[in-house]
Amino acid sequence: MDFEPSEEQQMLIEQVRRFVREEIIPLEAKLDPDASELDPADHARLVEKTKAMGLFGIDIPKEYGGPDIDIVTRVLLAIEMAQHRAGLYVPCYGTFGGAGLAQIFEANDDQKERYLYPTLRGEKKAFFGLTEPSGGSDPARAIQTRAERKDNGWVLNGAKIFISNADRAQYGIVFARTDSSKGRAGITCFIIDSDTPGFHVRRVVHTLRSSHYATELEFKDCWVSDHQVLGEVNKGFAVANDRLTRQRIPYAAGCIGVAIAAHEMAIEWAKMRTTFGEKLSHRQAVQWMLVDNEIDIRTARHFTLEAAEKARRGLPFRIEASIAKLTASEGGGRVVDRAMQIHGGMGMTKDLPLERWYREMRIRRVGEGPSEVQRMVIAREILGSNLR
Amino acid sequence: MSLRLRLDKPWQKLTAETAQRLPGQLGVYQVADAKGTVLFIGQAGARSPFGLRSELQREHKERGDGCQFRVEVNQQYRTRWFELLMVHKADHGALPPDNAKNPPPLGRLSPS
Repeated sequence: MDFEPSEEQQMLIEQVRRFVREEIIPLEAKLDPDASELDPADHARLVEKTKAMGLFGIDIPKEYGGPDIDIVTRVLLAIEMAQHRAGLYVPCYGTFGGAGLAQIFEANDDQKERYLYPTLRGEKKAFFGLTEPSGGSDPARAIQTRAERKDNGWVLNGAKIFISNADRAQYGIVFARTDSSKGRAGITCFIIDSDTPGFHVRRVVHTLRSSHYATELEFKDCWVSDHQVLGEVNKGFAVANDRLTRQRIPYAAGCIGVAIAAHEMAIEWAKMRTTFGEKLSHRQAVQWMLVDNEIDIRTARHFTLEAAEKARRGLPFRIEASIAKLTASEGGGRVVDRAMQIHGGMGMTKDLPLERWYREMRIRRVGEGPSEVQRMVIAREILGSNLR
Repeated sequence: MSLRLRLDKPWQKLTAETAQRLPGQLGVYQVADAKGTVLFIGQAGARSPFGLRSELQREHKERGDGCQFRVEVNQQYRTRWFELLMVHKADHGALPPDNAKNPPPLGRLSPS
């Protein structure tokens, strides 16, 4: 597979790169180092620019009004969009728009009218409610939130944790156990309006990612009608699993973007900084750190583009997505760590974005399926389902 | 195990001396009137030259004597600040008056 960008892709890359350097980074210099939102006026102004560039709603499928950009190109652009202080979790502060949750594209016509189209118009926001206090890596077994039949609908009881944006969203996609005897074949996906009686955002969960919090949710006799079932009853796990696999590719791209930005900072610093009468870049110890950075970045980029290319061709890409997520999150973490080491004391300060990337990159080895789960997925593929 | 939601340390008088004694660290704080009614919930972020000390010195300069304050040193000053504002709103039905003048984007929290 040839992953050299085409002429058209290169033009788009340059366009986004300029946008990040000329529009985003200057605004960031005035924000708190942990900020994750722009001033609303700046955000609106930049959205107009991305619309003029033809890149707004980049992840929205063409049939829903998106700009029809293939997944490989989107990965290349996602790598660029992440190259600023807040870029790992809030690439370009959302000025390229979002597609909402992938699952909602699977909704029926009535649900699309009520949720998908308002989301695409920017009128509604959604949260994804999968992980529970009992675990997140093995949702098929860990889900204890129950949904029981009552009055032509379902009553939900249980809790979710590490849920982003639930306090600000108008609705969410929530997974609950509808048949306790069937394991992963007993889970159903529901769309829950956040003003439904019995739905509560109980607390903020503080993490290393101090720019943004997660929340803990409680469902207490929360009744929803049959119209709120997304897909089919007892087939919710496939919906969750598909999302988790697809999400690993852009997740990896963000890690690569931040790693590139940290690496470029380290190279510039090594060429400039003198210690004991010599530039850092002349010292083998530093050269080798930079070489290892280069290898980590190239490895992650290769595997992420390979996964994207398979997805673009409609081929199975589960194992490739796991390898991409694994190499990008682990390699990206090592790159940022080395960049901090090369910067010395300055690398530890909030004056530079490295410390924020260091904290946020650490989460990436756990989020969207921890490294160990990715290795399990790959091992199953290599050894077969019963691990011969 | 969850951390304490509300900031419930004892109030201290806000004076030039008490503000001067504060650490230069990141964190959050509350300013209240003499009766203990919270007027403002603030954060000392990484752009504050001397963290909590700078912020409370500024508060004292703007408000003069007669107010009270309490602080919490916290590296997660931004998410803790959002949390304190949401908890205050859930408890009192509105933001503190000086936050309500320029409210940040907030979510809904219903703490148990």
